[in-house]
Formats: sequence, C-alpha cells, structure tokens
Amino acid sequence: MAPENESGAGFACPIPIQQYPHVLLAHGGGGKLSQQLLERMFLPAFSNAALEARHDGALLELPSRSLAMTTDSYVVRPLFFPGGDIGSLAVNGTVNDLAMCGARPLYLTAGFILEEGLPMETLWRVVQSMRRSSLDAGVQIVAGDTKVVERGKGDGIYINTSGIGVVESARPISPARVAAGDAILLSGDIGRHGIAVMASREGLEFETALESDCAALSGIVLDLLSDGIRVHCLRDLTRGGLASALVEIAGAARVHIEIEESAVPVLDQVRAACEILGFDPIYLANEGRFVAFVPEREARGALERMRAHPLGASACIIGRVTDRDPGRVTMRSPIGTSRIVEMISGEQLPRIC
Amino acid sequence: MCLAVPGKILNLEGDDPLLVSGKVDFGGIVKQVNLAFVPEAGIGDYVLVHAGFAISVIDQEQASEVWDFLEKMDGMDASRAGGPK
Amino acid sequence: MGLPGEDGRDGRVSGGRSQVKYIDEYRDARAARRIARDIGRITKHPWTLMEVCGGQTHSIVRHGLDTLLPPEITLVHGPGCPVCVTPVELVEKAIEIASNPKVIFCSFGDMLRVPGVSRDLLSVKAAGADVRVVYSPLDALRLAMDNPGREVVFFAVGFETTAPANAMAVLQAHRAHTGNFTLLVSHVLVPPAMEAILSSRDNRVQGFLAAGHVCAVAGYEEYEPIARRYRVPIVVTGFEPVDILEGVHGCIRQLEEGRSEVENRYRRSVRREGNPAARKAMAEVFRLVDRKWRGVGEIPQSGLGLRAVYADYDAETRFGVAGITAEEDPECISGLILQGIHKPDECPAFGTRCTPEHPLGATMVSSEGACAAYFQYRRRT
Repeated sequence: MAPENESGAGFACPIPIQQYPHVLLAHGGGGKLSQQLLERMFLPAFSNAALEARHDGALLELPSRSLAMTTDSYVVRPLFFPGGDIGSLAVNGTVNDLAMCGARPLYLTAGFILEEGLPMETLWRVVQSMRRSSLDAGVQIVAGDTKVVERGKGDGIYINTSGIGVVESARPISPARVAAGDAILLSGDIGRHGIAVMASREGLEFETALESDCAALSGIVLDLLSDGIRVHCLRDLTRGGLASALVEIAGAARVHIEIEESAVPVLDQVRAACEILGFDPIYLANEGRFVAFVPEREARGALERMRAHPLGASACIIGRVTDRDPGRVTMRSPIGTSRIVEMISGEQLPRIC
Repeated sequence: MCLAVPGKILNLEGDDPLLVSGKVDFGGIVKQVNLAFVPEAGIGDYVLVHAGFAISVIDQEQASEVWDFLEKMDGMDASRAGGPK
Repeated sequence: MGLPGEDGRDGRVSGGRSQVKYIDEYRDARAARRIARDIGRITKHPWTLMEVCGGQTHSIVRHGLDTLLPPEITLVHGPGCPVCVTPVELVEKAIEIASNPKVIFCSFGDMLRVPGVSRDLLSVKAAGADVRVVYSPLDALRLAMDNPGREVVFFAVGFETTAPANAMAVLQAHRAHTGNFTLLVSHVLVPPAMEAILSSRDNRVQGFLAAGHVCAVAGYEEYEPIARRYRVPIVVTGFEPVDILEGVHGCIRQLEEGRSEVENRYRRSVRREGNPAARKAMAEVFRLVDRKWRGVGEIPQSGLGLRAVYADYDAETRFGVAGITAEEDPECISGLILQGIHKPDECPAFGTRCTPEHPLGATMVSSEGACAAYFQYRRRT
C-alpha cells in the first residue's frame, strides 16, 4: 500500500534496493521480477479498481457521449528538470491533448520502455511523479506495460501514454471552425519549459529560478467550456512553441493569423536567456500553455474566465484571424513592421553569430 | 560576429589574470563569465559578454548620448521630448 | 489592430517595468521611427550600403528595418557570417574528426547544420558521433579536463569577436598541460573582406556598417586607411534597431556631405583601440594566415591560424586532416550574395531547391545567413 507522503524525498522505494538497485532485463520478461515491479511499484502508485483487477485490459464504464482519444510518447532528456520530469510530462501532455479536444480526461495507459541498468530509484521517482500528476489532473492510469531493452539500446526511460476523455463541448473544437474575425487568446507567458530544460543540459548551464510550466490544462479548459463560451479551436503549445501551433492552425484552417509581438507575454528571465543563446521565444517549448480561438464578441468573457484560473493569470489576447492571406502567420513588431512566422526546421540551436 | 549580450557584474572571483571570473546577471539569468579582458571592470559595472567572456565594459555615459541626440532631433521637430520609457 | 493595448498589458509579465538593460531601450519603437524619419529627410540621392555582420542582417530582417528606410537606400548583406564563410573543406575536416570514436567534437550550434559535400555535423551526430553544442570554448576545455581518456576538439569559428575567447582557451589549456584539447581553426578577419569587396570590379557598395562587436575587440583604427583609399564612409554600428538605424544615418549623412570617414555610432561598447587585453591574447596565440572564404575564394592574410608555439593545439595536425579538399555546390550562389551582388530572392534556387531543410550553401543554413533570414521573415510564395 503506497504511503500517503507526497513529498517524494522521504519516500522509500518499494523494490528492495539492496537486491535490485538497477532495472534488469528480467524486469520486462513477464516473470517473477516483472510481477514484483507491478505489484510493489506500479499498482500501489496508480491504485484504482481497473488496475487492481489485474486483467489483460481495463473494463471501464463511459457515458454515452463523444469520446476523445490520444497518444503520445515521451523521450525527454534530462529526465528531471526544474519544475518537472518525464513522468509529469507523460501525464500532463496526454491530459492536455484531450483537453484541447474539449474533453474531460478520464483514463490513461502507461507503457514503459526501460533501459537495462536504469537505477531503480530513478524509476521510482518517475512513477511517484506520475502518481502526483494523475491525481492532480483527476485521471486514472488503468492499463500499462513494461519492457526492458539491453543497456545501450534505450535512453534510460521512454514512456508512452494514451488517453481517453469525454467530450464536454457542445460543438466540435477543431481548426475547421476557426473563422475570420476570431480573437486569439494565449493562456500565459511562453518559453519557460524550453529554457528550464536548456538550463539543465550540459554545456549550457546557467543559474536561474525558472521552472518548466508543465501542468494539466483540463481544469482551465473545462472552466471555459462550462461558461458556455463558444470556443472554435484550442491548441496546446509544445515543442516548436507558439509559432508552430499558429502555423499549423493557419494551414489547417486556411486562414491568416496576425499577432502582435508586444502582446505575447515572456518572462524577463526567459527573454534574457533567449538573448544569450540567440533564441526566438516564439519557438521555445512549453508544456502548460494553450491558445484559444474564439469569436470576437466572446473574447472578453473568455479572457476573464481564463484569468480567474491560476494557470491563466497572465492570459491575454495576442491577435486576430483574417482572411487576407490564407495559410499565413504574420507578426507585427513593436516598431510596427511585420514579419512572416514560419515553421523552423529542427530544434533551435544556441548560436554564436 | 555578433551575439554579445550586456550583463551586470555581481561578484569577482580569482586573482589569476587568465582565470579571473565573476557572476554576471542578465536580467534574471546569472552566468559565470570570464573577466580576463576587462581588468578595469568592477562589481556593478555592465559588460558585453560573448561566448563566456566579457569583451567590453559598457560606457554608461556614452550610452545616454543617443538619447540626448534624439531629444535634440525632437527639439528640431518641435515635438515633445521622448527617449527610453 | 485594437489588441492588447486595451488590456494595458505588455510582454513584461514580471509586473514591473524592468527590462533587459542596454537592449530594450535600443528597441524603442518611437526612437527607431524618429531616426528613420530623419534618414528619410536627409536622403537626397540613391545609395548602396553594406552591413558586414550576420547578426546585423538578422536584426534588420527580423525587425523589418529596411522597410523603414526610403527607397533610395539599398542595403546589401555582406560576408559577415563566419559560419557562412567557412569553406566546405573545413566542414569535411570537421566531419572526419568528429567521426573518430575517441573524439568529443564541440561546436557552436550554428555550425551543426552547415552542409559539407553531402552531410553536416548534425547527421554525423545522428549516425553516432559524439558531437556536442557548447556556448563557450571554455566549456569544451572543461570537457577535456573531465574526460582525460577522450580527445576533445573545438570548432573555432568566428571573426575577431570570438578569437580572444578561443585564444584564452588555448592559454588556459597550455597552463594546465591539457594534452587532449585541440582547436579546428577557421577564424576570419573583417577588414581584408571589406577590401576584397571594395576592390572588386563589380563593387556597388558605397558605405559600410562596420560590425560593432568585432570592433569592440579589434577597435576601428584598421578601417581608417580603407575609408581613405576607397573613399567610403565606414560607421561602427551596433545590433539593436536604434543602433542599426543610427549606423545607417551616419553613413547617409556622410555620403550626402561627400565625406568618407570612420565614425563610431556604437560608443557605449566600442573604443577606437578596441580591447587591448583581448588583442594581446589574440596576438599571443594566433598569427595571420591566408584563408579561403566559402563562395568568395581565397583572400590573402584574411584569417588567423595557431602560432607554431601552440601547434600542439591544432586539430588539423593531430588528426592528419590538413590534406582534405572539397568543391562547393555549383548551383549555390552564396558567394555572390555574400559579396552583395545579389539578394537571396534573386537566386533561382531560393525557396525551391534551396530551403533551410535542404540548404545548398551555408547562407541558407545559418540563421544569420542572408538567405535563411530572408526565408524566415520575408518569403512570399
């Protein structure tokens, strides 16, 4: 039975560490060691009826409405960074994808690919983090799988999570509904995750109190929907940042998106880090921010709703949709000149020029 | 060649001229910077930092010159004086 | 657009009016527009100016500064991106060294996507080579000290701005007897490049914006004979919108008045003699050599190489790659772009056969390259 201590630090790993300080191939083999991992680590951490049935699959009751389903895999390095880790990412990322469909997230699966030799303590920390995140987000992890690959054939831990949620919005939320005249809202300042992860990478260290913005967005999204606000489209910002999300939607919806650079909130520390490394904040990764496309007349109401939620305190209107130049995203600089925002190829790399 | 960013010196460490360094604050991000090329700089000075090295001390007096120049232009435009917010 | 001004919110978020000092003031919209207006007022003739530094190109295109200038002014982008001018064969040498399993190959990020003959360092990394991005040569040196069993090589690319940092890395390595640290050197100097452009038959450049951070290190005494000999104004210019417009203003005013002097419009960071301590370190470790510039050809005495006394820190010798040669892609006209003879969108391959995903030359790869900057901010389908 998992102790209720939430601090993590004083938590004893339930796998006898003296015996199994590292993950072995046998832990993925389906035999006694696999059982031990399941019974002593996963089951107590994710405790719920479906898992405890110990069946091949989870039997679930779902209301007879539209369902949303999504999947994502998580391979982040380093595994632990300020404000989060691969575990919290794996839960929140999938929860957020469901939220972007206007769905209340209910159930997740968790598939682990572990590298032989991974310290058991590390796995335990990640599992604890997933437990905390799933409790916070109100989801249950009802099915899972563990495989172990040979040393050198993995990168510590890879996690895949799939999720199911129940659609709460009256009308479908998707790029297809984006229309000229829509206001574009952003839930908060951008770039914290990208910089927090960068700050912990070897070779690019700097001292900062910045933490990743990794968070579950289902709460704030459901608040918006419960108010009856007509949301046309939602998109959470992940890798590729604000820019990529907007470019994707402009392309999918065949609309023109125009944003004001000075309206996009960026923490001073994030900006400073961007100056040093030569980054553009609109391309930085985020894990707890989203954009919402709403009809112009709903913009005020939507903004107030978002700002009332702790994750939306810095929410703001950053732009408009027009039909002038379909598929294009432009950004107006504080000086008043415009530039085209494109998808960049690959990751931003710290530059010297 | 280009990417150099101004930051404020918070402290100084080391006596060895090759290795003298200090923590430099760039608007909330603090990085350890080699100060070997700016022996005249002290705590509180702003330096221009490139690739982990301070390459120049920012002359605060000269920095304000462009604003005086702009104010003069404003005067010539006979409009209200501006400058940095 | 009637947007965020209504909310009274700006991008600061931290709740106050704090700013990144010595950067934000120089992005002030009103100041920039005021200078641009004055430029418009004093410009009576057509003029062609060149900015030499890739970082300035980036800033101009990103902030759309050229759109604020009167149509009489043509801004061309010069060979100011050390990444862009690194010859193909040097990239091939880097790839050869990086592919050695003993080597930890360290580089600034912008070099990783520069195409060699058929590959770049990023794809070599994907194939298993230990290639790492660093922010400073000192990070590479530390890796060498922490990994005595490996060979650490640092790709020492850059103009005069970066040479002192690289020199210091060598001096520190030498002092600490770090035997597993070498540099693959590709340093280039600005004044010889400017002279090569000015003395070319096709030259259309009438004034220069000199690279502010290069001058912070090297000073601007060297430009005085160039300004006199070729009768061009050379204005030391910074990187933020206000700085760049100041530089343009200085150049235009001189041209309209028939002057050709060296002028400093980046006084908060640049002195005439530059940084003596930095220059001393450079002179201690490096000597002048002839260098090949990608797309331009060889310019005599335009580069830096390690002095004989520091030959132990030369990666080309240690890994025996000095003999590698390579040809550049014939379709790529980056040389003509670097010399300011063409603009990126005048290239037949621009945006079609040549994109940041499939670059033909370095000017499309480096985010400072003129072609990449155009592609990112300016491209029209």
